[in-house]
Amino acid sequence: MEGDKAWRILRAMVLLLVTASHPHSARAFESDELVLEQEDDLGAIGGGIDPLSPPRSRKRYPDNHAADSDSKIQFPLEHAFGDSDFSPAGTFSARLKTWSHGPQTLTKLRFSRNALTEVDKEKFQKLLQEDDFYRIRLPSNVLSPPGRDYIVSSIKARCLPRDGLDEHFVIHMDGVNILAVNYGSPGACPYPRQLKLPAKWSFNSHTVLKNSEQAPRTPVFTEEVSIGENGEVEVVKPPERSFWAKYWMYAIPLGLIVMNAVTQAMNMPPEEQAGGQSASQPQQGASTAQRGPTAVRRR
Amino acid sequence: MAIRTFVLLVLFLSSMNLSFSLYEDQVGLMDWHQKYIGKVKHAVFHTQKAGRKRVVVSTEHNVIASLDLRHGDIYWRHVLGADDAIDGIDITLGKYVITLSSGGSILRAWNLPDGQLVWESVLKGSKPSKTMLIVPTSFRVDKENLILAFAEGCLHAVSSVDGEIIWRKDFAAESLDVQQVIQAPGEETIHVLGYLESFQFHAYQINSRKGDEIKHVTVDFPGGFSGDTLLVSGDVLVALDATRSILLTIFFQDGEINFRKTQISSLVDDSHGVVEILPSKLADMFALKTNKFLVLARVTDGGKVELVEKIKEAAALSDAISLSESQQAFALVRHENEKLHFVVKPVHDWNMDLLKEAIKIDNHRGRVHKVFINNYIRTDRSHGFRALIVMEDHSLSLIQQGEMVWCREDGLASVIDVTTSELPVEKDGVSVSKVEQNLFEWLKGHILKLKGTLMLASPEDVAAIQKMRLKSSEKSKMTRDHNGFRKLLIVLTGAGKVFALHTGDGRIVWSLLLQSLRKSEKCDYPTGLRIYPWQVPHHHALDENPSVLVVGRCGPSDDAPGLLSFIDAYTGQELNYLVPVHSVVQVIPLPFTDSTEQRLHLLVDANQRAHLYPRSPEALSIFRPEISNIYWYSVEADNGIIRGHVSKGSCSYNEEDEYCFDPKDLWSVVLPAESEKIVAMGTRKINEVVHTQAKVIADQDVMYKYISRNLLFLATTAPKGSGEIGSATPEESWLVVYLIDTITGRILHRMTHQGSQAPVRAVFSENWVVYHYFNLRAHRYEMSVVEIYDQSRADNKDVLKLVVGKHNLTSPVSSYSRPEVIAKSQSYFFTHSVKAITVTSTAKGITSKQLLIGTIGDQVLALDKRYLDPRRTINPTQAEKEEGIIPLTDSLPIIPQSYVTHALKVEGLRGIVTVPAKLESTTLVFTYGVDLFFTRLAPSRTYDSLTEDFSYALLLLTIAALIVAIFVTWIWSERKELQEKWR
Repeated sequence: MEGDKAWRILRAMVLLLVTASHPHSARAFESDELVLEQEDDLGAIGGGIDPLSPPRSRKRYPDNHAADSDSKIQFPLEHAFGDSDFSPAGTFSARLKTWSHGPQTLTKLRFSRNALTEVDKEKFQKLLQEDDFYRIRLPSNVLSPPGRDYIVSSIKARCLPRDGLDEHFVIHMDGVNILAVNYGSPGACPYPRQLKLPAKWSFNSHTVLKNSEQAPRTPVFTEEVSIGENGEVEVVKPPERSFWAKYWMYAIPLGLIVMNAVTQAMNMPPEEQAGGQSASQPQQGASTAQRGPTAVRRR
Repeated sequence: MAIRTFVLLVLFLSSMNLSFSLYEDQVGLMDWHQKYIGKVKHAVFHTQKAGRKRVVVSTEHNVIASLDLRHGDIYWRHVLGADDAIDGIDITLGKYVITLSSGGSILRAWNLPDGQLVWESVLKGSKPSKTMLIVPTSFRVDKENLILAFAEGCLHAVSSVDGEIIWRKDFAAESLDVQQVIQAPGEETIHVLGYLESFQFHAYQINSRKGDEIKHVTVDFPGGFSGDTLLVSGDVLVALDATRSILLTIFFQDGEINFRKTQISSLVDDSHGVVEILPSKLADMFALKTNKFLVLARVTDGGKVELVEKIKEAAALSDAISLSESQQAFALVRHENEKLHFVVKPVHDWNMDLLKEAIKIDNHRGRVHKVFINNYIRTDRSHGFRALIVMEDHSLSLIQQGEMVWCREDGLASVIDVTTSELPVEKDGVSVSKVEQNLFEWLKGHILKLKGTLMLASPEDVAAIQKMRLKSSEKSKMTRDHNGFRKLLIVLTGAGKVFALHTGDGRIVWSLLLQSLRKSEKCDYPTGLRIYPWQVPHHHALDENPSVLVVGRCGPSDDAPGLLSFIDAYTGQELNYLVPVHSVVQVIPLPFTDSTEQRLHLLVDANQRAHLYPRSPEALSIFRPEISNIYWYSVEADNGIIRGHVSKGSCSYNEEDEYCFDPKDLWSVVLPAESEKIVAMGTRKINEVVHTQAKVIADQDVMYKYISRNLLFLATTAPKGSGEIGSATPEESWLVVYLIDTITGRILHRMTHQGSQAPVRAVFSENWVVYHYFNLRAHRYEMSVVEIYDQSRADNKDVLKLVVGKHNLTSPVSSYSRPEVIAKSQSYFFTHSVKAITVTSTAKGITSKQLLIGTIGDQVLALDKRYLDPRRTINPTQAEKEEGIIPLTDSLPIIPQSYVTHALKVEGLRGIVTVPAKLESTTLVFTYGVDLFFTRLAPSRTYDSLTEDFSYALLLLTIAALIVAIFVTWIWSERKELQEKWR
C-alpha cells in the first residue's frame, strides 16, 4: 500500500512538472488522471493583454498539440446610455486558433476602447446624475456577429468612476461563442451609490476570458477491501477503553453511597445532626423538581 | 488504513441510525398517509355470487384498483408506470381482472381477490391504432376462453387461463383503420369492421378458433367517414360522414353491407357546431352530442333512425346493462339545483322509469362526468340499481336507495401545488375545537401512560394507550398551537378544486371547486398552475382571515390569458376572481405589505410586462419608490436565452393602466444552441431563513457563505444528452452547471461534467446547490454539491478589527460590486434515480439540514447534508472530525432507517414540500403523488422540547413520593430524637 502511494505521488509530481501550470492541481486527493484534465483557465487580469488559455478542456488533448492555423479576428463592443441606442464603443481583437481536432478557441485577447466624445461625456454625466444604467453589448458569436443574439450587460453608471472610469470584463466563452459577460467595476460598488464625477474621462479596462472549469471527478475507491501485506485482512479493533472509561457511571454512585455510609457511621454518636440533615436535603431537591415541569410545559 | 476509515464510518453510521429511526409504536403518531386512485376511467362491477361485493376500476393516473362496494375502501391497488396508460379493463372467468395497457401492447391478468399478477403477455404490432379489449362473458370454464385484444393494427386471441397468444392476425399491412371487433355471445365468428382510407368500408369474418378469414366484404362510400363508430346492436353500426352532417347506419348482416343515410338536421332542427357520437353503449339506441343538446335516438327494426329525446342540461349516460334475457336498462344522471337526478330507464320504453331518485349533493362537486350502473335483486325480488358516479372534481361516489353511500375524494390524487396557512388563534371563550377533554380523562390517560412506563400495563391497557396516542385530540384541534405543528395545507388539484387539509390528521377542513377554474365562455380550457399565500395577517390575526391566491391560465400555451382567484383560507370562500386577465408566466411576491397586510405581488406576463397586485392606490404608493430596485429575469428554455429585466415605467400599450410596467432589458446570457440545452433550474426558496453567514471551520478559521437571494442555478446538457439515458455516448454528452446572479447576469460559477447527462434534479439552499444526474462513464447516478463562499468578507477574522469596528459585516451588499467568490465542489455516486428532491427548512435555520429525496420506489429518503459536503477528505484531521466532517467515500449511503416514509409508499410521487414549524428543531414534510403523506421531521432530533410521550404523571408521582419520604423520615427522626432524650 505504501509503495503504491509513493508511486502515485511520484507520478503525480512528474505530471505536474510536465503540465507545469497549475496552482490547483496539487490538491490533497486527486487521481493522477485529473491533473491532465484540469486545464481550467483563468486568464490573468491585466491591462488588456491576456496570455490565454489552452483549448476547451472537453477534449482531452494536452497543450502542446500543434494548432492548424491562427487567424486574427475582431469583434465590436457597443454601448448605450440609459435607453439610448447602441453605438460602437471599442473593439476586441484576438487570435483564433483552430485545433487539429476541430474546436476553435480565442487567445491573446486585446481590447481597445474608443475615446469618449463630448456628446458621450454629456450623456454619461446625465446617467451619473440619474443613477441610470450604462449598458454594453457583444455579439454572441465572434465569427458571425451578432450570432443568435447580442450579449447584453449593464451596470449602474455610478459604479464606474474612480480616477478615471474603471471597468472590468469577464467574458465567458465556449469555443467561438460568447455566453455571457460579467461587466462592472473592478472593485466594490457600495450602496447607496454616491454621485462622483471622474477626474479623467477615459476608460481603464481590464478583460478576462473564461472557459468552463472541469468538475472534479467522483472519487473511486478500488481498495475498499484491501488486503494486508501478508495477505491477511487487517482487522482494526476499536481501541480498548480503560476500566474507568467503561464503568465510571457505576463507580461514582457506588462511591457516593460508600461515602454516605461512612459519614453516617462517623456521625452516629451525635444523632440529632444526621436527622436534621436528612430532613432538609430532600426538601431542596423537591422544590427544584417541582420547578422542572412548569418550565418544561411552557415549550 | 482504508479499513480503519471504513470501520470508523460503520461506527459512525450505526450511531447515526439512532437519530433517524422510528419505533413501531410511533407510526401514525405524527404522520398520516392517504391512498387515492385518481379519476376513474372504467369500472367493472363484480357482484354476482360474491361474498365481497366489489368494483374494479382503472383511472387516469394509471391505477387499477379493487374497491369495496360497501365502504369505498381499497382492497388492492396497483399503480402502473407513468407511460403505461390503461386502455381497457374487464373481468374474465369470474376470477381474473384483465387489463390492456401501454397503447395496447401489454395484456395482464390479475387475481381478483388479492390483486396478484397472474400472467402478462406482450402484444406486438406494427403501428399504433385504436385499442379494443373483448372478453367473452360466458362463465363456462371448460371451453377455451379466448380474450380478443386489438392493438397496434393486430388482432390477438389470447388464452385467458395462461395468457398464451393463440393466434394473431395483422390488419396493419392492409392499412385498414379498424373500428370495431365484434364477437356475439356463443358464436364462432368474429366480425372485424373498419375503413380503408376513410371511404371504403371493410367487414371481415374470422373464425375465432384459428383466426382464419372466412369472408371479406367491402363497400365504397364516397362521402367518407369521420371519427368513431358505435355499435348499436349485434349487426348495426352508426357512424358520421366526413362533413359530420349525415348519420350513417351500417348493417352488416350475413356478409352483406348496407348503408342508410339520415340527415342529422332531420333529427335535430337547429344543430350547430360539431356533432359527436357518445361512446355509451345503449342497446338499439345511441346518443349524439351537439353543442346544445344531448340527443338520444333509436334505430328501429326497419333501419330507420328516430328521435327519442333531446336533453338540454348537462347529463351523463351509462352503458346499458341487461336485467334479463329481453330487458336492458341504462342510467341517465343530471345535476340540477344541488340535486342529482338519477333515472334508470329500460331501453325499449323511454316513457317508463325503472327507478327515479333525487339525491342531495353539495355544490362543490360540479357536473357529472361519468356513470356506471349495476343492478341487484332487492329483498322484494324487484330490480334495484346502484351507480358509481364520477364528478367534475374527480370524486367517486356510490349511490344506492336514494342516498350517497360513500364518496372518495380522488381529486387529491392530482395535487398540482401546495401552500400552507396558519390556523386561527385560540380566542377566549370561543373554542373552535369541539372535543375538549375534561380533567378526569386527562388524569386517567396519564395514569395509563404511567402504567405503561412502569411496565405494569396489561395488553388491553397497552392497546388503549396506543389508541389514545393516535387519537390525541390535541393534534387535530382547529386552533394554532405553540409549536406550530398544526397548520392548514391548502392544495390545488388538477380538477380545479382547492382543498384545505389539517396537518394533524389529514382530514379535509373545507374544499372548493373554483368557479373561475371551470370551463366558461371566456375561458376555454382553464388549468390551475400555482397557489400562493396572498394575505398573512400577523397584527390583525384575531380579526382578519388569511387568504390564498390561485393562478391559472385559459389554455395550454404560455401566452394564454391568465386567471386569478382569491380564497379565504379559513372559510374556503372565493373572495374575488379575475377572469381573464393578462397572461401570467411568473409571480413575484414582493417584500412589502400594505396596511391590511396584503403582500404586494408582481405578475409578469408573456411579454415581460410586470403587473402590480393588489390594484390599489396604496399598493402603488408603496411600490413606486422601490421600483428601481426591483429586478426580474426570464428564461427562454427552448431558445437557451436568459434575460434580466428592470421596470422602465408605465406600460406603453395602455397608458391608463397605471399598475402595469414596461420592462427594460438589462442583461442576457445566450447559450450556444448547438452544444447546450437547458434541462433544469433551481432557486432558493423565497422564505428560507439563514441563521448565520459565518461558518467556523476546523482550524478556528471562518468562512463566509455567499448568501444571495438572487442566485439561479442552471443546468444544461448537450442536445443529445437531454434524451433518455443511453441515447448518447459519454463523448457526445456533457452537463454544464451555472450559478448566475439574476440582478446583473454575472456567471459566478460554471463547471462542466464530462460524460454526464439529464435528467437533472436540483435543490438550492443557503449557499449550496445539490444536483442529481447520470454519469455515462461510470454507468451510475451521481449527486454533486457546489458551495460558494464569499471572499470579500474573508478578512473579517481579526478580532481587533471587529472590536474597533473596521469590518464590512454591516455594510449593505450590492450586486453591482464585483463578487469575489470561491466555489467548492464534490461528486458522489448515488444508487437511486430521483423523482423529486428538496431540503428541510426550519424556522430560524439553526438546525442542520437534511435532503429529502423522492426515490424511484416512491419513498422519501432523508440524507444528511453533511454527506454532501465538498470538504470531505479521505482522512479528516482530528479537528475536522470534531467539526463533523465525514471521511470521504465514493458513494452516498442509503440507510434503511432513514426513510421518512418508513414502511409506506407514496405511489406516483411527484413532489415534496417542507414547511418550518415554530419549534426550531422541527420541520413539516408533505409529500404528494397519487397518495398523500405527511410527517414531522427533526433533522437533529428534538433538542428543544420533550417528546410527546413524556410521562408527566411519573414526574408528579416521583415528586409526591419524595414529599412523602421527607415527611416519613422527618417523623422518624423526631421520634428517634425523643427516644434519645428519654434514654
